[in-house]
Amino acid sequence: MTEAAVISDRRLEREAAKRRRELRGLAIAAGSTIIVIGGLLALVVTSPGWDTVKETFFSWTEFKDSFPDVLRGFWLDVKIFVVVEVVVLILGLVIALARISRGPALFPLRLLGAFYVDLFRGIPTFLLVYMIGFGVPALALSGVPTDPIVLGGIALGLSSTAYVAEVYRSGIRSIHRGQRDAARAVGLTDAQAMRHVILPQAVRRVAPPLLNDFVGLQKEVALVSILGPQEAVRIAQIHQGANFNYTPLVAAALLYLAVTVPLARVVDRMTEDED
Amino acid sequence: MTAATGTPVIELRGVSKAFGERQVLRGVDLTVDEHRAIAVIGASGSGKSTLLRCIDLLEEIDDGDVFIDGEVITDPAVAPVGVRRKLGVVFQAFNLFPHLTALENVVLGEMRAHGIGRAEAEERGRALLARFGLAGREDDRPDNLSGGQQQRVAIARAFSGRPRALLLDEVTSALDPELVGEVLAAVRDLKAEGMTMVIATHEMSFAREVADEVAFLHEGRILESGPPEKVLEAPEKQETRRFLSRLLEAGRL
Repeated sequence: MTEAAVISDRRLEREAAKRRRELRGLAIAAGSTIIVIGGLLALVVTSPGWDTVKETFFSWTEFKDSFPDVLRGFWLDVKIFVVVEVVVLILGLVIALARISRGPALFPLRLLGAFYVDLFRGIPTFLLVYMIGFGVPALALSGVPTDPIVLGGIALGLSSTAYVAEVYRSGIRSIHRGQRDAARAVGLTDAQAMRHVILPQAVRRVAPPLLNDFVGLQKEVALVSILGPQEAVRIAQIHQGANFNYTPLVAAALLYLAVTVPLARVVDRMTEDED
Repeated sequence: MTAATGTPVIELRGVSKAFGERQVLRGVDLTVDEHRAIAVIGASGSGKSTLLRCIDLLEEIDDGDVFIDGEVITDPAVAPVGVRRKLGVVFQAFNLFPHLTALENVVLGEMRAHGIGRAEAEERGRALLARFGLAGREDDRPDNLSGGQQQRVAIARAFSGRPRALLLDEVTSALDPELVGEVLAAVRDLKAEGMTMVIATHEMSFAREVADEVAFLHEGRILESGPPEKVLEAPEKQETRRFLSRLLEAGRL
């Protein structure tokens, strides 16, 4: 066929116009970006205190000296994060299931679930880390963990679990009731319907907000530093105290970004797939 | 295990159901003998879906009783799960499980509710899908199937548990007109095999063809029932005539 060979003038005209429009859009985007970012940079660099800030926050020598230590500390953050996240994903589901349970016999379960979420979502994580990290060892009970890393991890987990439980719960509630009807109609028990029909769909649907909570928890691990373990922020603080220079804290911030930014992109990708 | 001769497969006696203030069923009596298909017709909102849902215990009735093979199922002592395993339901909106393939949709109930092993369940599931014209689509998810194909998977799913009776709730109402025929063909096929069925439907020509009996549900009561040629062509009640003439105007008869 000759269809491809014959291109009308009208079409060429349209394509040229479209190209011009795209080029103009690109030029405007580039221009406005340069003006805004450049302006902000200029504002910072020409500020009266810039020389001091540059020296105390962005010192290359300080960065080089502290980075290996901070990185070593960050490895501890990553380990805490991974362990706590796994526990949170499981416990959060348990609490969500407790909250949506039916029947009068399970009322205490619903009550406890609601109480848990209200309590641990309502207290600032910072305070939880304090109370559990210093309060629990003060009880001097035998068999109760006293390791600040473990206690800090527990405090973070308690808080994050409350959020994750609510995410699961909203996911479960979002599954159309026709799914439950169909599951029961083929003869599944309510528990089987939950396990084989509702939960698989609900978990898929809430994967993006769950990942969002991942990122939140990943950052909050820094709060364990309050209790003294040598993780990234704590080590950065030690360096900072020794040399009166804040660059090590910037180094720690960069390490956090190195993990959270890729995670955020994964969230974006998943959210877009939904559309 | 077959029921004694003369015992209906499904029997409703004085079934009433309200949703809050809205009285949907007001004392429905209905008897479905083995191998018979009953078409329940009536305007939207007349309670057809609710009637079917009450039989499958997806809704709890307020008054009256439902019997399956002569045994009461609407008793607090009866476990609904056991009752549902004896019945199959096909929903208006298909309600396939979107995270499962066509084959997995069909075998889920067999494996989990009826305890049949995977190999056997899958073999039967494939045969069932093939029977309803879906050979080669076993591994497709519902998303990749047309409405007519989805509803045929749903019919295979409802049939897979070897039910005593099938409850079909407006199974063609959500379909594009050109897809209605293939789904009705599947139902015809089940009828030919002697499946006992309660069919809520708007398709009068289909009701006439497949049903042994037509029951007209109006404001929560069965106003009139009998052979299709009688109820659809020479109805006794004013309300039935009015309903049928409205369908005629809409070109659905």
